[in-house]
Amino acid sequence: MNALLLAQAEEPQPPLIPHLDELVIGLIAFVIVFGFLAKKLLPNINKVLEQRREAIEGGIEKAESAQIEAQSVLEQYKAQLAEARHEAARLRQEATEQGTAIIQEMKAEGQRQREEIIAAGHTQIAADRKAASASLRQDVGKLATDLAGKLVGESLEDSARQSRTIDRFLDELEEKAEAVR
Amino acid sequence: MSADQTLAFDPDCHIFSGCGFPAPGLHTFMYEPIATVGGIEFTKPMLLAILGSIVVVGFFWAAFNKPKLIPGKMQMVGEAGYDFVRRGIVYEIIGKKDGEKYVPFMVSLFFFVWIMNLWSIIPLAQFPVTSLIAFPAGLALIVYVMWISLTFKKHGFVGGWKNIVGYDKSLGAILPMVVVLEFFSNLLIRPFTHAVRLFANMFAGHLLIVMFSLATWYLMNGLGFVYAGASFVMVLVMTAFELFIQAVQAYVFVLLACSYIQGALSEHH
Repeated sequence: MNALLLAQAEEPQPPLIPHLDELVIGLIAFVIVFGFLAKKLLPNINKVLEQRREAIEGGIEKAESAQIEAQSVLEQYKAQLAEARHEAARLRQEATEQGTAIIQEMKAEGQRQREEIIAAGHTQIAADRKAASASLRQDVGKLATDLAGKLVGESLEDSARQSRTIDRFLDELEEKAEAVR
Repeated sequence: MSADQTLAFDPDCHIFSGCGFPAPGLHTFMYEPIATVGGIEFTKPMLLAILGSIVVVGFFWAAFNKPKLIPGKMQMVGEAGYDFVRRGIVYEIIGKKDGEKYVPFMVSLFFFVWIMNLWSIIPLAQFPVTSLIAFPAGLALIVYVMWISLTFKKHGFVGGWKNIVGYDKSLGAILPMVVVLEFFSNLLIRPFTHAVRLFANMFAGHLLIVMFSLATWYLMNGLGFVYAGASFVMVLVMTAFELFIQAVQAYVFVLLACSYIQGALSEHH
């Protein structure tokens, strides 16, 4: 407070003439600020700003690469899906074809078996008929002989003659049958 | 400052009491030394200058000493201020490539000048240190020395002079006139205006605040209270206005410094 009163007493200095002490102190004060900021604090923050920039750019890069990967996976998946669909269609087609072929084969086989069975049946019938006719011929011969023997009253057991006669008779019978038929 | 000052003058001095108005003047800007340190008479403005640098360093220390990738509040504010000078002034004027080197200097300059101006309206300090010509002159001197050394470093001796005087053959007949004008303008007047622009703004602003503060006190007597009220409103208005001017002048000071550096670095002046 007294300072001002005292100052007033002094002759005021022209305001545009710098006071050397003030100039020196001002420069020192500025150099202090500049020293701290330029040597330590601003490099500090620059490093962090750079790191932040890298982190942001790195994040963007990561996101980009992830997107590219996702895209490729999607394409792969789509390709696989298409392939699978194609494969399924192919398998269906094949199955249909195979089914048709099997049915054809089965039909042919059935036909063949049927024919075989029929043929076997015919053969059997023919054989049976042959056996039946043979045994019939024998039995009829014997019966006829017996009957004739009884009717004639003489023994006609001379087999040689007997069989000849019988055969002749039967042949005649057959001929007749043939004729009738 | 103003309150102290009012008290420093006769506190009983009021209007209608046969006492003249204790008008502020050049003596408002003079201080008796607080102490004498090593032959230097240490005054309040000097103390404020040193305190100012401590405030700036302290602020940036708090903001940037341990910077984080995800900034805290202090760091965020610091980064905003740093970015304002770096991008808003240096990159704008000098360019990113050439300007990067001068960013620390310009950031220091801006915040140093700003706090020096700001003291004007900070209670107890209440004195803009930059209203003493020595402080802006010192800073303008640094810029001036930088400008000259950069000019000669960049263009050589002859090229440097050509750059300073704006030598351009295409000017023809008026070339000598331009050379003389540019010589005085760039070399002699420019550093002076650089310092005086800041000094005068702060000087005038402080004078106004002190004047209205003193008037408020002086008018507090009888009918004078009405005028005192008006004067006090002016104190508030001027304080708000000074807040704006302080920032603007700090900005302009740094802007001009950048523009001079840019001039030294450019091919043609």
